[in-house]
Amino acid sequence: MIPLLVSAVDLARIQFATTSIYHFLFVPLTLGLAPLVAVMQTLWFRSRDDAWLRLTRFFGTLLLINFAIGVATGLVQEFQFGMDWSVYSNYVGGVFGAPLAIEGLAGFMVEATFLGLWIFGWNQLPRGLHLATIWIVALASWLSAYLILVANSWMQHPVGYEVVNGKAQLTSVSALLTNSFGIIAWIHVILAGLIFGSMVMFGISCWQLLRERNVELFGRAAKLALIVAVPATLIQLSVGNRFGEAVTSAQGMKIAASEAQWNTCEPCGFSIFQIGGFSQQDETPSFSITIPRVLSWMATGSFSGKVEGLNQLQRQERRSYGRGNYIPDVRLMYWSMRVMAMLGVAMFLVAAVGAWLHRKRKLHTTRWFLWIAVVAMSFPYIAATAGWILTEMGRQPWIVQNLLKTSDAVSTGLSTATIAVSLTVFLLLYATLGVVDFVLMRHFARLDPPPVDQPGGA
Amino acid sequence: MGLEEVWFVAIGVLWSGYFLLEGFDFGVGILLPVLPRDERERALMFRSIGPVWDGNEVWLVVAAGATFAAFPAWYATLFSGFYVALLLILVLLIVRVLSFEWRERHDGARWRAAWLWANTIGSIGASFLWGVALANFVEGVPLDSSHVFTGGIVDLFSPYTVTAGLAVVVMFALHGATYLTLRLTGDFHRRASAIARRLAIPAAVLGIGIVAWTVLVAHDNNDRALLPVAVPAVITAAVLILALVFTRTSNGGWAFATTGLAAIGFIATIFTGLYPRVLVSSPTFANSLTISNSATGHYALQVISVAAAIFTPLILVYQGWTYYVFRTRLGGDHATAAYGSLGDEGHP
Repeated sequence: MIPLLVSAVDLARIQFATTSIYHFLFVPLTLGLAPLVAVMQTLWFRSRDDAWLRLTRFFGTLLLINFAIGVATGLVQEFQFGMDWSVYSNYVGGVFGAPLAIEGLAGFMVEATFLGLWIFGWNQLPRGLHLATIWIVALASWLSAYLILVANSWMQHPVGYEVVNGKAQLTSVSALLTNSFGIIAWIHVILAGLIFGSMVMFGISCWQLLRERNVELFGRAAKLALIVAVPATLIQLSVGNRFGEAVTSAQGMKIAASEAQWNTCEPCGFSIFQIGGFSQQDETPSFSITIPRVLSWMATGSFSGKVEGLNQLQRQERRSYGRGNYIPDVRLMYWSMRVMAMLGVAMFLVAAVGAWLHRKRKLHTTRWFLWIAVVAMSFPYIAATAGWILTEMGRQPWIVQNLLKTSDAVSTGLSTATIAVSLTVFLLLYATLGVVDFVLMRHFARLDPPPVDQPGGA
Repeated sequence: MGLEEVWFVAIGVLWSGYFLLEGFDFGVGILLPVLPRDERERALMFRSIGPVWDGNEVWLVVAAGATFAAFPAWYATLFSGFYVALLLILVLLIVRVLSFEWRERHDGARWRAAWLWANTIGSIGASFLWGVALANFVEGVPLDSSHVFTGGIVDLFSPYTVTAGLAVVVMFALHGATYLTLRLTGDFHRRASAIARRLAIPAAVLGIGIVAWTVLVAHDNNDRALLPVAVPAVITAAVLILALVFTRTSNGGWAFATTGLAAIGFIATIFTGLYPRVLVSSPTFANSLTISNSATGHYALQVISVAAAIFTPLILVYQGWTYYVFRTRLGGDHATAAYGSLGDEGHP
């Protein structure tokens, strides 16, 4: 028999990564666009100005196209824990299962039902009640995100449990729900959602302004998007930092790897760019740009804080957990962190320049900037992907930090061939859906918003 | 009854909710290629389940989540063991989900026909595979002493499980037809009633056959006495005979109630046949997963019990209200109203 180049664990990891990253291309847009649509509908409700109704419908259509894929990939996300990671599921189900089940009961059920009411209820419901349905969808999506991040954060920073007969058992639901890691992760993700929603709304508005149609209408949409984007991107820079501190205390290895910090330092400089220095054989970069003391501040909140190095952490982990390599992929972590952080800053700059141009009433005529805003729609997608790569791969070799290793968690009795086939199926499916979704979104983003006196409504 | 048993029943209830609700939207999907005569009628059929299919599908999400939380070992063995079947179900459900949202977004004839068939194939395939999967709980699958599934996809198919799959497809088609008789008007309504009358016969035959067969399989493979499993089976059979009557007397409400009860009756018979196990092992019966050897700790069960006690009544209220809001029969006035197109729907 020909030896296989990849193991079942490798393929299961690729499948999980693909599904999670793909799922999270659609989820944050819902988290951000749903409240923005709700705000536009509220503005229409209060002012009776038809322009807001047209914008509500225009962006509402995009929200629905996007929501459908989020639902579809969410099912895969829930099923694949048991399909590919049965040992993990059996081990963590007693803790991890509870927030997942409650998310279905309390979050997703509300979202799905009330979105149906919103789509079809325009004529059936009184205006105020109909407006309430979209707000309920938005709030339920935020609650869903909280419960999912409670589950994920338990894998990063396990709390409120004990291990009984080789299985994790919940001992404190309040500890689980108030996990400091989970709360800061939730704030980080909600802000990411608002950045998705506002940057996409801003980009599409700028695209419409480039075409010089509906200038007044999309000028308004751009303004609303900027009112959200400027503070959201600014606050995210600081929240991202605070999140870094939470990671430092729970997962020192992840921070050390994301900074390619091989040896403990005090104070520590922040490397903006470096060539080399990503492996134990090559710890010193051949070229680097470093700002003194900034890493200390980012990781610990103090300009003279101590950040432990990969080599020191590796020795500690070996003492605690036995032989093995506890260092994640340093090069990938380093660049994921930089891509995410630099795009975060770039998005703030785009939003700030946009706001300044809008104030000067020059937004719709500054064509070079409108093009930048169109391109910047891709930034939140790339940044979120980098963020999840950092979060999940930075935890390796652990699947649950310090409790269970990824290599021990994969389904037993599952052949590499089975996972290979299913991975191929999902990749083909995701690629096809991605293309169709992009074409549909592009088509509807280019349309003129529907006039309000269109026939057909009862 | 301990909390473990309560959650066994609760998961049965969640599956019942899924079969009752998604059962009719699968049924509408199954009837899409045969019932409507033109594009307007096809749009009306999509429209009849448009506002509710997603909420219906969440019952599956909650059933799976509750299994993960309350019986991690059951979830782990089931989902890894039924890998290929679940992969197929996921693909079918994903394609079906997208058909609702994407079909109306472009008006090419081939595009619309393709998404219509995507919905139908997704509905038939997922109904069939859920029937097969649930029947396997009772009939048994090969498990080793640490409850790991040692078989392959072929082991899931036997005369009994395939019959269960077919029975579910036909019962859902009938359930969809009785739902449509409640939601449509005029000639379209008459044709839906006619198809319900015709479907009632094979649905009754297959439905009564499968619950009777389940009583025997539970006796042979799961060591169950005949009587306790026969109770839900007989009730299901009676309900199916009533469905036969009501689809003929064209009493829409009662016909829909009986086809819904039949879907619940199937789940009730399976779960009664399954108790006190959750996944029977065959041939080595001793390796079966039971309620007690797969349940999680008592505290976690208390936590999800509190959550379920708070949220389940709310779900029943707002989903019930949703059906009330969309109770108006479709036809005539809704000629141009298509699924999800806010431009058509949205005129205030």
